[in-house]
Amino acid sequence: MSVHPEVFRLLLFLVGFIAFAALNAAYLVWLERKEAGHIQRRIGPKEVGWFGLLQPLADGIKLMTKQLIVPAGVDPVLFRIAPILVMIPAIMGFVTIPFSETLVARNIDVGLLLVFAFASVNVLGLLLGAWGSRNKYAVISAARVVSQNVAYEIPMLVTVVTLVMVSGTMNLTKIVGQQMGGFWHWNFFNLTASPLMPVAFLIFFVCMLAETNRAPFDMAEAESELIAGAFTEYPGMGFGVFFMAEYANIVIGCSMATILFLGGWGCPFGLYPGLHWFLLKMYFLIFTVIWIRWTYPRTTFYGLLNLSWKILIPISFVNLLLTSAMLKVF
Amino acid sequence: MIGYLREICSGTWSLFVGLGITIKYFFQPVVTVQYPREVLPMTPRFRGHIELVRDPETGGDKCIVCGMCQKTCPSNCIIVEGEKVEGAKKKALTRYTLDFTKCSLCGLCVEVCPADAITFSKDYNLAGLRREAYVFDLKKRLEERNG
Repeated sequence: MSVHPEVFRLLLFLVGFIAFAALNAAYLVWLERKEAGHIQRRIGPKEVGWFGLLQPLADGIKLMTKQLIVPAGVDPVLFRIAPILVMIPAIMGFVTIPFSETLVARNIDVGLLLVFAFASVNVLGLLLGAWGSRNKYAVISAARVVSQNVAYEIPMLVTVVTLVMVSGTMNLTKIVGQQMGGFWHWNFFNLTASPLMPVAFLIFFVCMLAETNRAPFDMAEAESELIAGAFTEYPGMGFGVFFMAEYANIVIGCSMATILFLGGWGCPFGLYPGLHWFLLKMYFLIFTVIWIRWTYPRTTFYGLLNLSWKILIPISFVNLLLTSAMLKVF
Repeated sequence: MIGYLREICSGTWSLFVGLGITIKYFFQPVVTVQYPREVLPMTPRFRGHIELVRDPETGGDKCIVCGMCQKTCPSNCIIVEGEKVEGAKKKALTRYTLDFTKCSLCGLCVEVCPADAITFSKDYNLAGLRREAYVFDLKKRLEERNG
């Protein structure tokens, strides 16, 4: 009896994505600490291994050896499944992302839709975990996370709809394919489709920061107000899985920004397109995400909602109208 | 409407200015001193505990045992003793102890000394397990420094 090769492919991609997510989580924490250090003219981790490169390993071992306490009074089911509910959509998001022309787990026609569908499930996991913890800080955090995500999903999706109109497809590989051949083909510089394209990129990026609960929109885990927000009651690897999912979401968000606006795996000068260009662009965006975190203080909650409803949503709708008008005219 | 757009533009620009500042810092060299491994030179005006000044001519102390420091000290933490040596012009110092547990580092002793025989040391690594470790025999310390 022979096993269908598709099964191997599936398993390989699954293991690969989980490994990629875990490795990214570990070393993005390292990058975050290093970058934070250098922005504040400190050194950052340096004791464990060369340049502190073994620090994430030590942290991981520490988290795994900790006891998984389920506090009295929590909802035992929700408390246990919440980290998994956050982690699964984060892993699923990788399925349709084309890392290069050939390196994609499932090249389907609604890839774009799938990524955003799974990305929004992430909120549900956070909400359930926070609610199940029976902790007042966690519940406040859950309320914030939901209203924040609802507010920022709209401008993000409107911007994405604009891009779908320009590209005429939801297949991520095709969207990247249209942007090949040099940076002037990127959607970011696609000013004939809409003169507001760079603004659309900014809106997308800001919404991505808010959706992944990154500073300056980290209302959900505002350390100074809410201890650790939704993760307050989680010990050891429960907390670790939440953290991994958070960084996996950042990776997905930056991948989507790369694919939709920055030409995916295409080289800016039309030379040697491939995986390396994708990773380079993605990690540059992640660097920017961390850079932003260590530049701006946290916004207030009203400031956050005002930014979305009063600025991002109107501008993204203007962009949508402008793009459809331009498409009709030209 | 114009005000709304202008506020958005100036606000966005201010965010980029902020990013510019932090990235500038990112590429500047770090200022952290890895303390036990590297030590910065102490500033010249650092006021540590007092120390006898070495007389460059004799190699000994410059103290004339007038006892001014002992009398001036508001915390009574200095004990100076000396003896008259035959043929010498000044009294010779036999004992100079500083009880650093009581010293408030006011520096009046240094100010009052007519012979400029005492100064502030630059020593700040002063951890110890016993109270007695802080009763400094300054004459012995001077001899140790002369080594």
